[in-house]
Amino acid sequence: MSDQDSPKDSGISRRKFLKISAITTSAPLVLGPTVLEVEGQEVHVFGPGKVPIALNVNGKRLTANLEPRFTLLDALREKFEVTGPKRVCDRGTCGACTVLLDNKLVYACSVLAIEAQGKQIVTTDGLAPQGQLHPVSAAFVDNDAQQCGFCTPGFVMATKAFVDKHPNATPDEIARGLGGNFCRCGTYAGIKGAVAQLSGQQQKGGA
Amino acid sequence: MAENTYQWPDASKRKLIGKRMNRVDGPVKASGRAKYTYDLVRPNMLYGDSVKCPYAHARVKSIDTSAAEKMPGVKAVHVIHGPDDGAKGEVFWAGTDIVAVAAVDEPTARDAVRAIKVEYEQLPHLVLNDKEPNLAEAEKSELYKVASKETVGDPNSAFQQSEVTHEGYYGSPVITHCCLETHGSVAEWPDKDHLFLHISTQNVPGIGEQVAKAIDMPASNVHVHQDHVGGGFGSKLGLDPWGVAAAQLSKKAGGVPVKMMLNRATELETAGCRPSAYARVKVGAKKDGTLLAWESYAWGSGGPGAPGSLAIPYVWKVPNQQKQYVGVVNHIGPSRAWRAPNHPQMCVITMGALDDLAAKLGMDTFDFVKKNIDLLDPRSKIYSEELDVANDLMQWKARWHPRGDSDTLGIPMEAISLQIGDNQYPPDSASGGSSTIGGVSSATFRAATDAKRQLIAKVAPALNAQPADLEVADGRVRVASDASRSLSWKEACSKLGAQTLTVRGTNPGEGDLTNSGVGGVQMADVSVDTETGIVKINKMVAVQDCGLVISPKQAESQVLGAMIMGVSYALYEEKVMDQTTGTMLNTNMDNYRLAGIGDVGELVVRLMTGPGYDERGVIGIGEPPTVSPGAAISNAVANAIGVRVPFLPLTPDRVLEALEKAQGEGGRA
Ligand code: FES
Ligand code: FES
Repeated sequence: MSDQDSPKDSGISRRKFLKISAITTSAPLVLGPTVLEVEGQEVHVFGPGKVPIALNVNGKRLTANLEPRFTLLDALREKFEVTGPKRVCDRGTCGACTVLLDNKLVYACSVLAIEAQGKQIVTTDGLAPQGQLHPVSAAFVDNDAQQCGFCTPGFVMATKAFVDKHPNATPDEIARGLGGNFCRCGTYAGIKGAVAQLSGQQQKGGA
Repeated sequence: MAENTYQWPDASKRKLIGKRMNRVDGPVKASGRAKYTYDLVRPNMLYGDSVKCPYAHARVKSIDTSAAEKMPGVKAVHVIHGPDDGAKGEVFWAGTDIVAVAAVDEPTARDAVRAIKVEYEQLPHLVLNDKEPNLAEAEKSELYKVASKETVGDPNSAFQQSEVTHEGYYGSPVITHCCLETHGSVAEWPDKDHLFLHISTQNVPGIGEQVAKAIDMPASNVHVHQDHVGGGFGSKLGLDPWGVAAAQLSKKAGGVPVKMMLNRATELETAGCRPSAYARVKVGAKKDGTLLAWESYAWGSGGPGAPGSLAIPYVWKVPNQQKQYVGVVNHIGPSRAWRAPNHPQMCVITMGALDDLAAKLGMDTFDFVKKNIDLLDPRSKIYSEELDVANDLMQWKARWHPRGDSDTLGIPMEAISLQIGDNQYPPDSASGGSSTIGGVSSATFRAATDAKRQLIAKVAPALNAQPADLEVADGRVRVASDASRSLSWKEACSKLGAQTLTVRGTNPGEGDLTNSGVGGVQMADVSVDTETGIVKINKMVAVQDCGLVISPKQAESQVLGAMIMGVSYALYEEKVMDQTTGTMLNTNMDNYRLAGIGDVGELVVRLMTGPGYDERGVIGIGEPPTVSPGAAISNAVANAIGVRVPFLPLTPDRVLEALEKAQGEGGRA
C-alpha cells in the first residue's frame, strides 16, 4: 500500500541513504533541507533538529516546524488537527491511518511528513465539504458500518479507492482489496453492504 | 389520554421502535469528524510517555530521573511506582508503568524515557498456564487458588449407569481486548483545585470519582468529558495508572494539558485481557442420548488475581456433576471484564465435550440437544424454537453427516452450539455488562413519558381540556375526542415559558421494562485445508432472542460484530507469553491478529421478535452473541477433520498437530 510501485516517489533509496549519511552528520545544523548531490541526483536532506515543512491537506496549504522523524500521520493529527486518520498500530498493519497521497492509498503512519511535501493529501475529513457527507461515508451510515467508529475513517478511504477501481467487485476482490484494514467491533458485514450499495447492487442483509 | 404508567407501546402503535434507522452518530463517525480522546489537541499540550518495567516480576530498587529532567523540552517527571510503592516496589507484570514524563512532543518524551535509569531486582515469575496443575502441589502453593470441590446429584453411580462416556481436553487461552483507540487521557488543571479530564472510558459517570480518590481531591472538582470512545469491550470501566499519571504530570507542569495515550504494545500487554480457561472433562449418557453425568477438572489464569471458578457445564443442568477448579496466579497484565466475562470460555468447554459425546453416540448434535432440551430449563422452549429457525437458515439437517463418514477431508462441515447471554449484572450507569440498551432505553423511555405528562399538564388549560383528555400524535398535542382542538409541538412547548422540563429517567424504576437472560443458537460451516491446517469460515448463522428490539439495524450489527469477534478469538487471538523473559511476544497487530473482512464468510442473523419475545421488554445484546462462536467453530472443525483440536485458537499448527496425533493413533474418531 505504500509507494513501492513508484520508487521515484521516495526520493532516496535506503542504500543511497546509507552512503550519504556520513555527509549529513557533518552538514551544519541549519533549518531547512540541505541539498546534496548523490550519484548525479539532487537529494534533499532534512534535519537534524526541526525543519519547516509544508503540506497540502484537503486542498489547504499547512505549514509547521517539525523534526524530520515525524510521520505524516503524527503531523496531520498533532500539528494540524486533521484527526480523521487514526493512530492504531503505528506500523502499517491496521489501515486506520489510511489517506490518499496524490490519489494513491497510503498508510500515513508509514510515510514521513517530509516525504509527503508537494503532494495532494486527502483524508476522510476532507472528502466532502463541512456539513455534507461523501457518498462512501453515506453508504457506511446506511449500512451501519460503524460501531465505535475508530477504524471507520480509514475504512472509508480504503473503500473509496477500492470502489473507484472496482465498481462491481466480487466477494474475493473485496476480501483482498479491503484486507488491509482491521475493525475490532466487527463491522465487516456493514462494510460489505456499503460496497454493494456503492456498486449499485442489491444489498444483501448481513451478507 | 395521558399515560401515567410506563409501558412499551403495543406493536400497532410503535412509530420508531423496531424500525430500521441509521445510527445517530453515524455521519460524524463516517466523515472522520468525530473527536475521540486520542484526537484532542489542546493549547500548549504536552505529551506523556512512561518507563515500563521489562520484567514480569521484580522489585524497583532505585530510580534516577536527573538526566531526563535536564533535557530541553521535558516539562514534568513523575514517579508512578517507586521503591516504596506497593509491597516494597514489587511489580507483578511486564509493562507496568514506573516513571511518567511529559514533554513538548512525543519524540522528546520518548527520548526522556530512554534517559531514565531504573534498577530492578528480578524475582521468579510464572506467565504460562496451559499445563494441568497437579492438585496436590497446587494445594501447597501460593500461586494456585484451589476452589472447593462441587458435587451435584450422584455422579459416581451416574457414570456407572452411563452406556457411553467420553473424556477430552478443551480450552481457550488468554486473549486481549485490543481496543483500536488505546487507553489514555488528556488532563489539565484550569486552576489549582480543578481537574479537567478527557478520558477514553466506558464509564464517564463513575471515572471522575475514581480519579479524585486516587489523587485525594473532591470528586466535584473533577470534570470528565468524552464525546466518543474507540472501543472498550469491558476494558475501559475502571481507572488506570495512566489516567492518574496524566493528571499528576499536568499539575507538575503548571496545569497545561498533558496527553497520555498508550502505545499499541503496552495496550496489548497490559490494558486488559480475558482469562484463560482449560478443562479435562468426562461426560456420560445413555445409548439413546440421555445426558446423565459431567465431571470436570478446570483451571485458568489472568494475572495476579486468579480468575474465579467456572460455571460449567455452561447452561446445561446436567443432573449429576463433579467439579474441581484451580485458579492460577500468574505474572501477566491483569484480566478485565471482556464482553460476557467467562461465558465464551465456559461455552467452548461445555459444547466441545457434549459435541464429542454426541459424535461418540453416533448422534447428530442437533438431535442430541433436542433429546436433552429439558436440561436447558428455563429456556428450553426458546432454544428449541431457535434451533428450528437456525436449521432452516443453515439447512443443517440436509447437510449434516456423522464424523465417521467424513474421511473426505477438507469438506465443509457444520457445527452447532448453544449459548445463553447472562444479563444478571446490576444495571448501572457505566456502559458494560450489556446493560446499555436495557438501562438507557428504559430510563430514556421513562423520562420521555414523564416529560410528556408534564407538558400535557401545562398545556391543557390552553386547549380548554383536562390533561387526561389530551394525547400526543403526529407532532401535535390534541384533544383525543376532537382533533381540531390541537397545538403543534412547538406551540405546546412555548406554553412552558422560560421553564424547561428537566426529567431524569431512572432504572430500575416503576414498571417492568427490562428483562434479563436470553438464549441464542449459532451454527458454523467451515472448510479445513488438511495440507496447511488453515480453517476458513464459509457461513455462520446466529438466531438470537433479545426481547423487544428497539432498533433492529443496530441490534443486528451488535450480533454481527459479536460473531466477527468470535471468528477472531476462535481462529487467531492469543496472548503469547514467553516464560524465559516473562514478556508478551506478540505485542503488535501483525502478530496479534484480528479477523479481516475476508475471514468472516457469510453471516446470517435472525432476531427472535414478536409475540412471546417482545413482552419481555428490552434486553442488552452486546454480550450474548459473543458467547458461542468459539464453540460453534471448534465443533465445526472437529466435524470436518474428524478429530478435536482441543484448544482455541484453531491455528494451522494446532490443526495439523491434532490430525497427526489422530493418524498416529490409527484413525480419526
Ligand atoms: S496506524 Fe497506520 S496502519 Fe495502523
Ligand atoms: S467500528 Fe470499532 S473498530 Fe471498527
